[in-house]
This record gives sequence, C-alpha cells and structure tokens, in this order.
Amino acid sequence: MTNPAIEGAAKKTPDGLARRIRGLSDRTIAWIFVAPTIFLLLAVNIFPLIWTIRLSFTDFRVNRPNNEVEWVGLRNYQRILSDPDIWATMQATAHFLIWTIILQVLIGFTLAFLINKKFKGNDLWTTIIVFPMMLSPAVVGNFWTFLYQPQIGLFNYAIAFFTGADPASFSMIGDVNLAPWAIVIADTWMWTPFVMLICLAGLRSIPDSIYEAAECDRASKWRQFWTITIPMALPFLMLAVLFRGIENFKMFDLVVQLTGGGPGNTTTLTSIDLKREAFERWRTGYSSAYAVILFVTVFGLASIYVKALNKVKER
Amino acid sequence: MNGFITGLLGLRRGPWEMLASILIALGVVMLMQPFVLWLFSYSFIVTLVGTVMFIIVSHFRE
Repeated sequence: MTNPAIEGAAKKTPDGLARRIRGLSDRTIAWIFVAPTIFLLLAVNIFPLIWTIRLSFTDFRVNRPNNEVEWVGLRNYQRILSDPDIWATMQATAHFLIWTIILQVLIGFTLAFLINKKFKGNDLWTTIIVFPMMLSPAVVGNFWTFLYQPQIGLFNYAIAFFTGADPASFSMIGDVNLAPWAIVIADTWMWTPFVMLICLAGLRSIPDSIYEAAECDRASKWRQFWTITIPMALPFLMLAVLFRGIENFKMFDLVVQLTGGGPGNTTTLTSIDLKREAFERWRTGYSSAYAVILFVTVFGLASIYVKALNKVKER
Repeated sequence: MNGFITGLLGLRRGPWEMLASILIALGVVMLMQPFVLWLFSYSFIVTLVGTVMFIIVSHFRE
C-alpha cells in the first residue's frame, strides 16, 4: 500500500534529480540531511571551544591584534589559580549558587505541592505565580533596584513593617553584608516558578492509584509524602537543581543590572569577572584560561549529575 | 569496600565512575571553599583529572 502524498511528492520531483537520488544509498541520504547540522555544531560549538583552549596558553590581546602572540604555557592558569581576588569571586558565586538552589527548591516544591491540590482558581494562581519567569532579567534587575531603594523601596518598607526598623537605615544593594542576599532574593523571586513547574510535572505524573493503595494500607499523609511523593518526584527535583545550578553558575545579566558586581567585589560572580577580564581589561588569553576553568567545572558537575539522575530514574 | 577495589582492578565502570565523581566533587569544593588558598590552587587539576577520567571510564563495561 503506498501513501498518495508520498507518491504525489515523488511525481513532482524533477526527473534528473530523481535519477540522481535513486543512485544514492539510504545511509548517504541520511548523511546529506544530517551534515548541515553537524557542520553548524562544529562551527558554532566545537571550533570556538578548541580555539579558546588554544588561546588560554597564549598572551593574546584582542584589542592589539598586530602584536606578536607569545606562547606562555600554563602561566595564565597559574596566575588565575593563585589570585585571591578570583578566589573571592568563586566564594561569592558559591554563596549565590547554594542559597538560590536551596530557596528555589524549597519554595518551588511547596508551591507545586499546594497548586497540585484541586481548588477554585487553581489555573489563575498558577499563571500569577509563573509571571516573574516570563520577564526579562534586565527588567527584573531594574525594578528590584527600585524595590531595594532605601528611601522609596517597597522592600525596605516591608522589612520595616515586620521588624520596626527605620526603612532608610539600611540599603540592600549598598551594604557589603546585604548585597549578596539582595541578588539571592531577586533570583529566587524570578526563578522559583520554573522549579515549581518542573515539580508540578513530577507531582502530576504520580498515579492516584498509588495513593489509594496507601490509603487502604492506612498509611498516614505524612508517610505517604515521604514514601510516595518525594521518591517519585525526586528525578524532577534533581532535574530542576541541575538546570538552576548550571544557569546560576553562569549568572550575569540580573546581577549586573541589580548591583553591577558591587559594593566592592561582594557580588562579582565569576561570569561578571570573566567579562571584565575579556572585554574591559582585554586580556584575551588570560580570560580564555578563566573560561576553560569554569567550563571544566560545569562539565564535570553536569556529568555526575546526569549519572545520578539516570540512577534515580532506573529505580 | 572489597567489591569496590575488585571493581577498580577489574576495570568495571561503576567503581571507576564513583572515583571520578568523587574527584570532581572534591575539585568543586576545593574551588569554592573559603578556608585555604592552596586548596583553591589545586582545585582545577583535581576537577580536570576527575572529568577526563569520567569521560574515559564511562566507556568501560558494566
């Protein structure tokens, strides 16, 4: 039985072309279709990666293209890995990464658990909660700057309302102790809905029959939560942590817009520092080594995470 | 523990992947810890060895 649509298309193919295609094997035709994608992948991903690794062993500066490029070996790596400022940047990134993931997973899972219950206005609440995620990070950074203003910011007034402190007595983005928390709060506000959506997908994939069987066995709600809900939603939770972990390791736009890396260097995350080295100080070779270090770290973490995810799925 | 060592000697994927994962995790902790600078200095080589090892051993047989 032949498909009339395929037959029609075959008839429309010019005779010369049809004869040439008929002479090719299925394997060759498959390669012809896949080749442009592979070429694009090599040109856009693999070539720049190899080129960056090569540059990381040189003192090349992109703003001085006519200078002679000297091969410096591992000197860039040695300088980066013994620089206390870069070490401080790593610690700022670790603080941001750990707290955003903890808060987003806790709040996101709680919200998903509540939204998963059937109640009136469920869809409306889901839309409202998801709203921050749809905004541009630049917009979020901009309006959180206003929210954090000591004189007019709503955030300071909310804190003052609960604690009785003077709203003008503290500045979230001007204080070296508060600024790292300011970026954590803004990112948590923006990306918790994303974690919630992934958790919600996990919760909705659990069949009701399992809960019904647990009810028959007189399992308490608490026990059902720990022995059914959490284990079955765990792969989704881990996926959310993977996505947010990798994204926040590379966080740039929101923090630049909110604090610009300040005050001092307290909110200078690795990607902000990398951008400064590459496009403000124009140390291309040095920043390439920096980028390679970050790449290997993220790649290694993603590898073990994917392995852990597969193990959880197999259970 | 015995099974782990036997697996390493027999070039089995599981124990070798575990070892590589431990190296990667150790490297990342060394990179971001706020206590000792020399741990930070050696973090990259530990992570790199772990990552390369992970890529290689993931082709070992189960």
